[in-house]
Amino acid sequence: MAMTKKLKNARRSPWAAVAAIAAGLIITGSGYAAATASTPTDSGSSYTSDQVDSGHKLFLSNCASCHGKNAEGTANAPSLIGVGAASVLFQVETGRMPGQASGPQLQVKPVQFKQADIDALAAWVSSLAPGPAAPSAEYLAKTGNASRGGEIFRINCAMCHNAVGAGGALTGGKYAPALTHTSAAHIYEAMVTGPQNMPVFSNSNLTLEDKTDVITYLQQVQTNPSIGGYDLGNLGPVVEGLFAWIFMLGGLVLITMWLGAKSN
Amino acid sequence: MTTANNTAKKGGFLAGTANYLDERVGVAGILKTFGRKVFPDHWSFMLGEVALYSFLVLLLSGTFLTFFFQPAMTPVVYDGIYGPLKGAHMSVAYASTIDISFEVRGGLLMRQVHHWSALLFVASAGLHMLRVFFTGAFRKPREINWVVGFALFVLGMAGGFTGYSLPDDLLSGNGLRIIDGMLKGVPVIGSWISSLLFGGEFPGENIVARLYSLHIMLIPALILVFIAIHLFMVVIHKHSHYSGPGKRDDNVVGYPLAPVYVAKAGGFFFIVFGAIMLVAATFTINPVWNYGGYDPSPVSAGTQPDWYIGWLDGALRLTPSHLEFEAGGYTYSMNVLLPMIVGVLFLIIVALYPFIEAWVTGDKREHHVLDRPRNAPTRTAIGAAGVVFYAVLWAGAATDLIATNFKMSLNQVLTTLQISLIVLPVLAYYITKRLALSLQRKDREIVLHGRESGRIVRLPHGEFIEVHEEIDEYTRYKLVDFVNYEPIMARPNARGKITIRGRIRASMSRWFFEDRVTPVTPAELEAAHKHGKELH
Amino acid sequence: MSDKKTELVKHDEVEHQYEAGLAKVNADKFTDPGIEPHRVRMTDKSVKHEKTAARQVAALFLISIAGSIFAIWAYFGFRVYGFDLNSIRNNALFLGLGISLGMFGIGIGAVHWAKTLMPDAEVSEARHQTRGTEETRAAAIEVIKLANEESGFSRRKLIRRSLYGALALFPIPGLVIFRDLGPNPADKLKHTMWSAGAKLMRDPSGTPIKASDVQVGSVFHVIPEGLAELGENDATYGKMLEEKAKAAVLLVRVDPADLKESEARKDWSYQGIVAYSKICTHVGCPVALYEQHTHHLLCPCHQSTFDLTDECKVIFGPASRPLPQLPITVDAEGYLVARSDFTEPVGPSFWDRKA
Repeated sequence: MAMTKKLKNARRSPWAAVAAIAAGLIITGSGYAAATASTPTDSGSSYTSDQVDSGHKLFLSNCASCHGKNAEGTANAPSLIGVGAASVLFQVETGRMPGQASGPQLQVKPVQFKQADIDALAAWVSSLAPGPAAPSAEYLAKTGNASRGGEIFRINCAMCHNAVGAGGALTGGKYAPALTHTSAAHIYEAMVTGPQNMPVFSNSNLTLEDKTDVITYLQQVQTNPSIGGYDLGNLGPVVEGLFAWIFMLGGLVLITMWLGAKSN
Repeated sequence: MTTANNTAKKGGFLAGTANYLDERVGVAGILKTFGRKVFPDHWSFMLGEVALYSFLVLLLSGTFLTFFFQPAMTPVVYDGIYGPLKGAHMSVAYASTIDISFEVRGGLLMRQVHHWSALLFVASAGLHMLRVFFTGAFRKPREINWVVGFALFVLGMAGGFTGYSLPDDLLSGNGLRIIDGMLKGVPVIGSWISSLLFGGEFPGENIVARLYSLHIMLIPALILVFIAIHLFMVVIHKHSHYSGPGKRDDNVVGYPLAPVYVAKAGGFFFIVFGAIMLVAATFTINPVWNYGGYDPSPVSAGTQPDWYIGWLDGALRLTPSHLEFEAGGYTYSMNVLLPMIVGVLFLIIVALYPFIEAWVTGDKREHHVLDRPRNAPTRTAIGAAGVVFYAVLWAGAATDLIATNFKMSLNQVLTTLQISLIVLPVLAYYITKRLALSLQRKDREIVLHGRESGRIVRLPHGEFIEVHEEIDEYTRYKLVDFVNYEPIMARPNARGKITIRGRIRASMSRWFFEDRVTPVTPAELEAAHKHGKELH
Repeated sequence: MSDKKTELVKHDEVEHQYEAGLAKVNADKFTDPGIEPHRVRMTDKSVKHEKTAARQVAALFLISIAGSIFAIWAYFGFRVYGFDLNSIRNNALFLGLGISLGMFGIGIGAVHWAKTLMPDAEVSEARHQTRGTEETRAAAIEVIKLANEESGFSRRKLIRRSLYGALALFPIPGLVIFRDLGPNPADKLKHTMWSAGAKLMRDPSGTPIKASDVQVGSVFHVIPEGLAELGENDATYGKMLEEKAKAAVLLVRVDPADLKESEARKDWSYQGIVAYSKICTHVGCPVALYEQHTHHLLCPCHQSTFDLTDECKVIFGPASRPLPQLPITVDAEGYLVARSDFTEPVGPSFWDRKA
């Protein structure tokens, strides 16, 4: 008892605060130094020249009409110079690209290319200028700290994507998609490239460790069973209220009708 | 005395107990008075029972939860079994909520029972109010009981909100943040109210414990008191019944309390409990472990209150931009005040409706036979407009979900709802009134010319007609048993003056009763029969 | 007392003038045929049906017994200790299903019993006016008169008035004692933890941010220097939450050409990096949904939308005021720091925010 009291007093002394802050600064500072390693970029060096060539051909026949012959961009579509392989992989592997009819936002569709072709496209685009590279497997291993990932996710992502990644609305018909089935690689690629209206979370913002933690958290949320029963889409109190009115009260009203009806 | 003792011996244990109780609390008199009391039987009379029973479930499950919940905001580092929160900083309140869910057997079930029954309690109370409204059951002598029921509904909302805020997770914390913002908008004393409620600045370290006191003590105690008054008045008035043969203002038609009603109502308690249990076992509600402990920086998409607060949240969302203004160096936060004023006004009108209608009709008689909604077209139309108004506000709390689920623009959904809030209630009023009047006319038709039988007959001269079957006298009585109201005229008072009050009342009365369909009289029926015979 | 009575009568007279407003009960009215004759049920007619119904009721009660036993088994059968979410799930599911069955069995059984085997002929009971009979009312008035005479309530003015005074005053201490629920809000709402030179730190890690870290199109959730440290200590954890609830900031970098900055705020940003309060000026939700290309900031609670490039002016939704901007610059080492505290109170409006 006396021991804890002493400790508490010690913690409250002004010197303790100074010491704590100093210690905090040292720790965070060194952590910071370690964290500022920039986003791994790639200028196509990890791809073969065959891939780059076939990617170029695919680009000319499938993408150039909107993005321009040299991927310099047109009035209809942005320049792809410097967007990196990560961007190509994210957009094409989720079926968002090639885009369809204009709307507020690109939609997820069935994938249009074979994996080898997608890699080739990525190879060619990343050969144009350095840009975010595809994630290496270690960041996708889902071995991070889920609890820390959850905290980072809530602060940086949940306001758009919902606390468990159920998605949410943005302005003018845009929306943040649900992350319930998004693969680890696509989560990573979305963070480093900031597709469409999503902001970019480069490694100087969320470190690679942070990203691994976020991916681990999302993966746990995706695979954990819904502990309390069917989750009604994880959409929160609105859906719960509708359920209470329609199914609970509705069901009980049917029962009252049975109760009030005469038996024959 | 000796005779009583003798009968006790003869009758065995049950009679012995009855004798014991009677000699101490006079149970025989109570049973004699209430045992065979008649209760009318109709499905819609059970809605209030759903509310009563779900409140009992709330008390039972809530008591279980208090044994494990710790209403403190002291920080702890979570070290329970749920992986995605391990090592996270949170309050004791949140940690104990997680522990109830994951480390107390039956705890998760009880949390879900408690929350689902809370939603059901307010929902069934609301539906019960609608039944009372649309059947005119609030008329004399039941006006005060309407107000008591209204108070119960509001207390239900208060109980729900204080409970929603207890887990101290991200969702409930942001709910409190909104309350804080609304309170601060109150002129002059806003920041004082906020400071007194939170014990300083938001969020502080007191709010959970304070709401807990309200949630488990004051509010349930008030609800119990009001339920007692509510039921006591039902006993005094005896239950109202629907119009129909044999049902009058001076009698009550139905089944005796013992045994039929005891079995039905008692059985229904178990059915309501069973239904809540079934839903709680199979559907998750408020999975707090998903949200993390409260932190003022993050927020989750889809942050909404429980349904009964939804209409107020919707009112906040539907308020137009830039309503705030400054005058004399002070800030008038109309973007917060306007929805609060609209909400309070709406509630006041609901609470006072029986008195408003009584004043307009000038009707001082007791009413125990209920109106069929069509037979009070204006009231039914007002009710429909109110329901639609509430529903639009309610939908307003879900603008983001409507937008994402129906692939619409958030902005368009909001603008549409803003317009709907004004237009739809008016539309609902007119449509409902016309519908009620035409249903009344349809009733007249049926009484006068019978029901369409679906049989087509060819007359000798070649014409095809559908045979109308005359209805039996019981059905007919149900269709004609309502009274006809005529609008009052503004009349001069003793001093020969027509007061403004009189004028207002006369015009309100005209509005209420100008369009009306009168019930068929026997003379009309006879005339119709004669006419029908001549045709054949 | 007598005054009130005459008033009551007067009121009645007034009502009397509106007799026309009362319902017109047509003299030529259909006569009430009385309660419909009772329809005989199958269980009344046939012994076989009656026996079946009785068996059904008993079977339902037996199902209830089975359900309750199942619930007890489920409670002990599914452990909730140890990291096995499926076991927790099954505990809740099967315990609930068992109890539910136990309840439904009793409920449905009882109602079935009532409907099929108990008499179902409707009976009528007389109902009396709620108002007491004239004798009762006269007797009640007598009681009050007597009480009045015996106590001298009307007669003894001094007693009566002093009692009114006492009754009016006694609840006030009961209100006064709530004064200590919270302190005087004073000027606390007008200041945050930000001050000149305070570094902008990442939320929640509390690491400083260099201007070069902030790419165009990226968003940083920011807290003031020293705030994360408050959260380390149990004693200051609450203080940390309070400060964070005011000081949370969103840091965004846009193309400087996109920024519309007023003359007074020219030096509040740094090379297109701007910092705005994250606390909505409507009712205080964290406004944090940043759209990279439209530069809109959306509040997820009530959909207020702010234009980040135009000093966060409100372009949609219920908010009225722009989000307050935090003036920033860089220090000698290139870290982003605040130039000062916010120049106006952050968060929801309150009465004397300008005073």
